[in-house]
Amino acid sequence: MVNDEALLARAREIAAGVTDPELPVLTIADLGVLRAVSLRDGVVEVTITPTYCGCPAIPQIVAEIQAALARAGFAGTRVHTTLSPAWTTDWISDAGRQKLAAWGIAPPPRAGSGRALFAEDKPVCPRCGSPQTERISAFGSAACRALHRCLACREPFDAFKCH
Amino acid sequence: MLAMQQSARVPRWRFCARPGLRVSASLSAMGTTSITVAEDPRVLQLLRRADDALILGHRLSAWTGHAPLLEEELALANIALDLIGQARALYQEAGAVSGHTEDQLVYLRDERAWRNCLLVEQPNGDFAATIVRQVLYSAFADPFWHATRDSEDAALAAIAGKAEKECAYHLRHAAEWLVRLGDGTAESHRRAQEAVDALWPFAGELFATDAADAAMIEAGVIPDPRTLRDRWNATVDAVLARATLTRPPGGWMQSGGRVGLHSEHLGHLLAELQFLQRSYPGARW
Repeated sequence: MVNDEALLARAREIAAGVTDPELPVLTIADLGVLRAVSLRDGVVEVTITPTYCGCPAIPQIVAEIQAALARAGFAGTRVHTTLSPAWTTDWISDAGRQKLAAWGIAPPPRAGSGRALFAEDKPVCPRCGSPQTERISAFGSAACRALHRCLACREPFDAFKCH
Repeated sequence: MLAMQQSARVPRWRFCARPGLRVSASLSAMGTTSITVAEDPRVLQLLRRADDALILGHRLSAWTGHAPLLEEELALANIALDLIGQARALYQEAGAVSGHTEDQLVYLRDERAWRNCLLVEQPNGDFAATIVRQVLYSAFADPFWHATRDSEDAALAAIAGKAEKECAYHLRHAAEWLVRLGDGTAESHRRAQEAVDALWPFAGELFATDAADAAMIEAGVIPDPRTLRDRWNATVDAVLARATLTRPPGGWMQSGGRVGLHSEHLGHLLAELQFLQRSYPGARW
């Protein structure tokens, strides 16, 4: 039914607009965390996937999806979490990558070298654009980030880990 | 006199000491009684993998507030978070079959029911010991989960798909630290070599298999750990060489963790981990 299609499009738009609690500039759609939205007997079914196994933001994301859909008048929402296929930073949209850089976080390299021992990612500085950067710490303020420093402008910055 | 005063105040003190803690009206909600898990080969396999990740994650979390650098504190806490996340996913799968919640599996199993290898329960020791333990474990977990992505067990394959990326990153981090320590000062080299020598006899258990593992290997649920040994050797040898550390000779290896025969350290760890649920059954926060 056309009505259902419009309803589904509306539900998808609302779910896609929910932001990540640790990266408020990004929506869960930008991040690739939102996998599917469907409508079954008037109930919205949303499927999301965690970035990391221990991602502490998942319960909050679930609650915010349910709250956003409830505010828009959807009576019931079921949120499913799936691990497969495993989330990868390659799922971050181009818009998401631009938002990250504008927010001061270097976007992850594409199809990266995460498996190589003794390899070092050298993200471009999101502030001045210099490729001359060094890693300060492989782990940062959130599971998905590492800490780097720009050798040109000397500013430290977060970089999205390749995953 | 002092003892009497304290004794008279015990009830109120106990109440006030944990104002945020709600003990449910029915203490039977999650009793203190230890649970027994019916271990079919799949549940046992899930518990072996989950217990490895949970115990190592718990060990690492104890560095919070004590790590040598702020950055390293974040790193160890992040690795712990990944491992505990992996453990939770595995416990949920095991519990779905055995009829337990993940909390019951963690808080109400006695020491003899834990299936982790002995390596992960070894004490944190100094920073070198923590890093060596991490290198030895991650050099195994990385190829193990990588190969388990092709498991016939869809749930395990899904967990493996996430765990392998996390473990590869942990391995890289721990390996970099071991090189820094081994190829650092005379003191850091001495400590790193002592840690390698002390923990080496616990590495063999990573590759050991029994009849329950054999059934899972036969069914295509897990890879045969023995096929991962060459990869593990290559990784560990490369890291030790870069770190100017000496690989200990082979020889006798410790075992027993997979069937619940643990070192003296696990009991102490569990006493701390399980204390709250054992003393305040059903407590939630």
